[in-house]
Amino acid sequence: MSSRVSWSRLSALVFGFAFLYIPILSLVVYSFNRSKLVTVWGGFSTQWYGKLFENTQILDAAWLSLRIAAINATGATLIGTFAGLALARFGRFRGRTLLSGMTTAPLVMPDVITGLSLLLLFVAMEQAFGWPAGRGVTTITIAHITLTLSYVAVIVQSRMATLDGSLEEAAMDLGARPVKVFLQVTLPMIAPALVSGWLLAFTISLDDMVIASFVSGPGSSTLPMVIYSKVRLGVSPDINALATIMVGLVTLGVITAGLFMFRKERLRIRDMQLAVSAS
Amino acid sequence: MAASPPNSMTVREPWLDPSAEPYIRIEQVTKCFGEFVAVSDVSLNIYRSELFCLLGGSGCGKTTLLRMLAGFEEPSSGKIFIDGIDMSGIPPYERPVNMMFQSYALFPHMTVEQNVGFGLKMEGKAKSEIADRVAAMLKLVSMTQYGKRKPHQLSGGQRQRVALARALIKQPKLLLLDEPLGALDKKLREQTQFELVNLQEKLGVTFVVVTHDQEEAMTLASRIGVMDHGRIVQVGTPKEIYEFPNSKYVAEFIGSVNLFEGQLIEDKADHVRISCSELDQPVYVAHGISAAPQARLWVAIRPEKIHLSLEKPAQHENWTRGIVKEIAYMGDLSVFLVLLASGKTVRVTRPNMWRHEHEQMTWEQEVFLHWHDSSPVVIGA
Repeated sequence: MSSRVSWSRLSALVFGFAFLYIPILSLVVYSFNRSKLVTVWGGFSTQWYGKLFENTQILDAAWLSLRIAAINATGATLIGTFAGLALARFGRFRGRTLLSGMTTAPLVMPDVITGLSLLLLFVAMEQAFGWPAGRGVTTITIAHITLTLSYVAVIVQSRMATLDGSLEEAAMDLGARPVKVFLQVTLPMIAPALVSGWLLAFTISLDDMVIASFVSGPGSSTLPMVIYSKVRLGVSPDINALATIMVGLVTLGVITAGLFMFRKERLRIRDMQLAVSAS
Repeated sequence: MAASPPNSMTVREPWLDPSAEPYIRIEQVTKCFGEFVAVSDVSLNIYRSELFCLLGGSGCGKTTLLRMLAGFEEPSSGKIFIDGIDMSGIPPYERPVNMMFQSYALFPHMTVEQNVGFGLKMEGKAKSEIADRVAAMLKLVSMTQYGKRKPHQLSGGQRQRVALARALIKQPKLLLLDEPLGALDKKLREQTQFELVNLQEKLGVTFVVVTHDQEEAMTLASRIGVMDHGRIVQVGTPKEIYEFPNSKYVAEFIGSVNLFEGQLIEDKADHVRISCSELDQPVYVAHGISAAPQARLWVAIRPEKIHLSLEKPAQHENWTRGIVKEIAYMGDLSVFLVLLASGKTVRVTRPNMWRHEHEQMTWEQEVFLHWHDSSPVVIGA
């Protein structure tokens, strides 16, 4: 009986993983293809990796995307943290519901609408007072911050909600002024939320094509935009190589973070057991 | 026995001395949260070096009162004075008050030493002074060897000591403790109670403790303020509160008690007689009371003040007949539940001073309950 159950479970597992990972796997395999035709296997080769590193258009776009993503993530974390803090800690101030609704609205707004409205805004602003002059890196970054700060705000707010409020009260009781309370107690406590918020904002920015297409200008094509325009002319295997490198980096990052968290948790549990058994 | 000098009396019980200046003065303080009145017109004087307990069930306003002393809440009306200074509008970080939180609220990202030294660091004290005073404080609470640990590496009792050390290091004029022993198990709690009292006596700091545990309040407090529905219903020493509760609520809240409704039938300056329909014989109390003639009253008798016997008592008052329905052996004492003819169940506790003492008392046995004429407490209805 148990073998029948485990067979059905096993097939479900295999199907699930196949569904998720066969596309990525085929991409990785074909990045080592000798043939120029993406769908025909012509033997093992790493030539497309070499080609990739000669392709300055892709490398420039990748560097631009990383820069925008980093600036965006930092800006979004800064603003999003204050929004989340205000929502979680300042009680029922006037306009709280409005702020709460407005910060989370970009989460559900279609990218096309966000992109279009921002484009219209930037054009209107340029006509009104000459800034931002044209579309480019600045406008993409601003647009991405608009989108991603809501993610950060939601993460920070939920972290604050689970935080014991008496920690901040205790700091205040011991003579810390509100700014000190924030820097010395609140900030260290919500640091993990800030890190995950930053990473999420970074990823979303790196990934975004729709909004970036609306608000970018000449000479400011991000990596997704370059890849998309190249693929329209036919998939070239060096894109596969680029994708493989990105998948590899992400996998490495996820595994490292997982191991780090696992070890930290194990240490924490061991410490707690020691404390209980010592008393 | 030598008579104690009068001034030592005033030091120990300053509330009896009309000329004593209260250290903390709470004047007609009310706190509302919207429609809800959490604290209602509370006036209270607390004296220097007192260990004052605010006692009451959940939602009685005791924690709100404590938070107003700490400065986390502002009174809706009324004023609070600490050492003669009006505290209105003074934020928590400028008050000469520290608080020990129920959850201890230790900063999880700091070591024990950093936690204890936090208050001094905020004052901008020199590093060497902080280190010295932290070391002295950890020694006081016997936590010296744990200075480098983080809070999650400590047991509950150790955390409690660290929280106490952190709250005491700034030498506050007033220390507030919110359910200080609530998170400890029973055995540790009893031990810690006495440590807390010793520490308070040693340092002479004024303590205000909030607790829902009447036993804890009795052990710790120099005086207890019993709270109910946002009001202080009685203030007194543990003995006064226990022996002379001024209301049904206090009598029932502090310990267990048998309450009988009755009517005043004889009212003299040195004694009163009360007839209770639930008891076979009238209740005779050997002191006068102030009540209207024929008034409806409550008579409260503590379970440990009722005696059991198999023979009918000789006197005419202060006894009744009943049938033993339950006997619970508790080790140090036995609890008897006795059913009276009126249908009322009376709780009686007897100490087990000798083995086999109560062996003739068995289930369904007819017994006589009787008590001394100083035992009943008369409470106005």
